[in-house]
Amino acid sequence: MDALLREYFPIIVLLALAIGLGLVLLLAAAVLAVRNPDPEKVSAYECGFNAFDDARMKFDVRFYLVSILFIIFDLEVAFLFPWAVAFGEISMTAFWSMIVFLGVLTVGFAYEWKKGALEWE
Amino acid sequence: MTAVDFNTILPEFLLAAFALGALMFGAYFGKDKTAATLVWATSGLFIALALFIGFGTEGERMAFGGLFTDDPFARFAKVIILVSAACVMVMAQDYMQRRDLLRFEFPILVTLAVIGMMVMVSAGDLMTLYMGLELQSLSLYVVAAMRRDSTKSSEAGLKYFVLGALSSGLFLYGASLAYGFAGTTQFAGILSTLGGDTPVGLTIGLVFMLAALAFKVSAAPFHMWTPDVYEGSPTPITAFFATAPKVAAMALIARLVHDAFGGIPGEWTQVLAALAVVSMFLGAIAAIGQRDIKRLMAYSSIAHMGYALVGLASGTAEGVQAMLIYMAIYVTMNVGTFAFILSMERDGRPITDIQSLNMFSKKEPLKALALLVLMFSLAGVPPMLGFFGKFYVLKAAVDAGMVWLAIAGAVASVIGAFYYLRIVFFIYFGKDGEPADSNMAPVQWLMMVGVAVIMVLGIVNLFGIEPVAALAAEALVR
Repeated sequence: MDALLREYFPIIVLLALAIGLGLVLLLAAAVLAVRNPDPEKVSAYECGFNAFDDARMKFDVRFYLVSILFIIFDLEVAFLFPWAVAFGEISMTAFWSMIVFLGVLTVGFAYEWKKGALEWE
Repeated sequence: MTAVDFNTILPEFLLAAFALGALMFGAYFGKDKTAATLVWATSGLFIALALFIGFGTEGERMAFGGLFTDDPFARFAKVIILVSAACVMVMAQDYMQRRDLLRFEFPILVTLAVIGMMVMVSAGDLMTLYMGLELQSLSLYVVAAMRRDSTKSSEAGLKYFVLGALSSGLFLYGASLAYGFAGTTQFAGILSTLGGDTPVGLTIGLVFMLAALAFKVSAAPFHMWTPDVYEGSPTPITAFFATAPKVAAMALIARLVHDAFGGIPGEWTQVLAALAVVSMFLGAIAAIGQRDIKRLMAYSSIAHMGYALVGLASGTAEGVQAMLIYMAIYVTMNVGTFAFILSMERDGRPITDIQSLNMFSKKEPLKALALLVLMFSLAGVPPMLGFFGKFYVLKAAVDAGMVWLAIAGAVASVIGAFYYLRIVFFIYFGKDGEPADSNMAPVQWLMMVGVAVIMVLGIVNLFGIEPVAALAAEALVR
């Protein structure tokens, strides 16, 4: 038990450091900082203009869709890269696994294309 | 991947290929016009696979180096999952078509959820387990929010998603602790790598995983999402939530505790017993105040999960057998009851108010009688099949020396009988008023009356399910 816990000692140190440092930095702002708010300071900042809208506004759902798409293909590349680097040494199973994975992704992509999810207007 | 690996995952593979093919077909050729055909085709495939799994394979096989197990226990659960999903889909088709809800994505999402459930019950490793769980959950989040223009349905989807994500997080944390202390994620290896005593961290991991899975079966005190999601989702989706996913998650708990932690039953039987007692009483008491039949069914399912957990909490092969029988009966009863709830309407609009059942017996005597049988069965009144489900789990608890648990179960079932009987009271002796219409498609009628007949005839020999469940339980508990 003790030996096991000792193996995890570095993690405990890291956690303590992360939490401790985080708390210190957060609390320092509350304790040390000079606070002198006026309406101009607390209003939303827009470069060169007077703020004309609330910062909390509705976003078009299409932005969300594009970001999801980006993540999917980003991950695809993250998978493909090590596969491609090790291409010379991998087995046929590894090759076909990746092809099947790409096939599944393509099906999803074809579906959303056909559904019109990629059209902006 | 060898030929053996491939043969073992053949049903899942076929379903996945079908889902991808159907998605392309729907998107390029059919649009929503083909949705009804697709629903029937998917149900047909489910039934065919259920027959193939039930009769086509024997013995025990491992695939992918122990990641995936195919044993009688997994097959028993898979057959229930496939058959109940097929029943719910054909019931849903008419309802969704009439309300313009039927999109071709619906059968595909259900197929994907079913693949996830099949992977869950076959898991031999924490990774496989998590993969199946997420595939199932993600598909279910989407179908919960299927009626996009309704705030309630969107709310149901969002609530389900947020709480589901929380429970996945809990599960992953527990799994990481188990991995940290045992050094492996394989069920077979988790206990064997430890020499004798169980480290505290492993117990904490186990309890975290159980809490996460309690979310999935909606066992109290992790049940809060259930009534809202049941109420907000379109009724056919609610029917689906109440059946197949519950079986899958319950089988998953059984697999996790017996396959991975079977050597230390003392660590988890108390957790399961606590979940069972709280669920049974909460389900029985909180349902009394409900006016909406879908919310009532939500609390009813919480209570039923409590009884199934009683079987697991006894920690024996007999307990697992009782749990399997209980889940099979529970799913059958719910299919029948939801076939009726789907048909409740007034002026063509669906309603779910319990008061609208007042004097329903005058209008439709046969359906009223079928509903009476179903309600008695859900309450566990002796001549019906539901009683035998409860009898098996309570007997398993007594045999395992947990008499207090069995007594708690019996007391909760008496309290719970009140709200089922109140529905029967409304149907036969309620105030005079305008009762709801019951507009049933032939297949819904068949499901409801068929299930009611099963509830009465099943008492002869439970349709031979008992030895099959015993075989399944023995495969799991060694």
